Amino acid sequence: MSGAFFTLLLRDLRLAARSGGSAALALAFFALVATLVPLGVGADLKLLARVAAGVLWVAAVLAALLSLDRLFQGDFDDGSLEVIALSPLSLESVAAAKLLAHWLSTGLPLTLLSPVLALLFNLSPVGTWALFLSLLVGTPAVSAVGAVGASLTLSLKRGGLILPLIILPLLAPVVIFGAGAVQGALDGLSNGAFGFLAAFSLAAVLLSPFVAAACVRLNLAG
Amino acid sequence: MISSLTAENIAVTRGQRLLFGDLSFRLQSGRALVVEGVNGVGKTSLLKLIAGFLELAQGRIALASATREISDGEERGRHVAFLGHQDALKPQMTAEEQLTFFARLYGQNGDIAGALAQVGLARQAGLSCRYLSAGQKKRLGLARLLLSGRSLWLLDEPLAALDTDGRALALDLMRFHCANGGMVIAATHDPLPLGGESLKL
Repeated sequence: MSGAFFTLLLRDLRLAARSGGSAALALAFFALVATLVPLGVGADLKLLARVAAGVLWVAAVLAALLSLDRLFQGDFDDGSLEVIALSPLSLESVAAAKLLAHWLSTGLPLTLLSPVLALLFNLSPVGTWALFLSLLVGTPAVSAVGAVGASLTLSLKRGGLILPLIILPLLAPVVIFGAGAVQGALDGLSNGAFGFLAAFSLAAVLLSPFVAAACVRLNLAG
Repeated sequence: MISSLTAENIAVTRGQRLLFGDLSFRLQSGRALVVEGVNGVGKTSLLKLIAGFLELAQGRIALASATREISDGEERGRHVAFLGHQDALKPQMTAEEQLTFFARLYGQNGDIAGALAQVGLARQAGLSCRYLSAGQKKRLGLARLLLSGRSLWLLDEPLAALDTDGRALALDLMRFHCANGGMVIAATHDPLPLGGESLKL
């Protein structure tokens, strides 16, 4: 059982890293957006530090969106998902493995890159640390909510276009609490945002495999 | 090891439309069943029904092993290997990586190189699946069946895209699988001389 889980996890990571995988693409998108905003806003250092958390969080969510089609769509389109569904792994475990692979290849690299990009926004060390922690805790929720959306739209033609419409509203709490946690750290207040972010993330990660598995089941029967 | 498959009065609907109803058949281990019928009659749906992807509208399908009977759709899926129209191959992976992945995913540690040689792809082991022809992809699919360790093979047009040698090879593999106590259900338009039963939908 656990052998099959890690086999699937490693295979998804390998596909993400190779050509045609979108891990590097998402990372480049994140870096480019985060670079363009200071260029557009100008050299008002105070203003940049104020908007840093919000901009970086939105950029991270959009970057993660870019790679969501990798979660299930690729495997659905070429028939791999049918073969995987017949394996000893339950579809819930399949969804969990894919979610974890997506986070390891998207959310985690984005988080690790964020301190570098925070420099462009003149974010203080405290703010940078808070941003890093909020991304570390919050990006799993992005993958989890994304997995539900991706599994729901599997059999839709051009499902990629409707996917953001489904999941962006659901990700509003992540952006609010993620950016809020950084703002709180900058202002020296504890506003509880980090706790809410962690709670949302935990709930999303725990529930997502079950919902995604149910959606995959429906789409395989279609 | 599965000893028989029994389908009793099964019916399947796609959308609102009844594809077939009141279908019953039985297959013993070591036997093959060839499913024939015109386009759109529901051959693929029957295979997906047995694999547990589709819900039965009526009736029941059960696999019997020495100790128990399995009628739950998803549990049935744990005993079948499915080869469909789609190749289930990734252009970024080599033939060998792809087979290793399938074997490990199914909890098998079969001889990957041996399976590749058996389907005539020994030289293509390190080749990316992007460069394989349609027939070679089909052969790789047959190698996946060999490594799956499953006793019931569900094959959708198993001979499509294969050359003359490939067809002979596919038939040999099916006969060999049956001779070892396995079962084959194949939906096809080609003549499939397996010496088994046939079912006309």
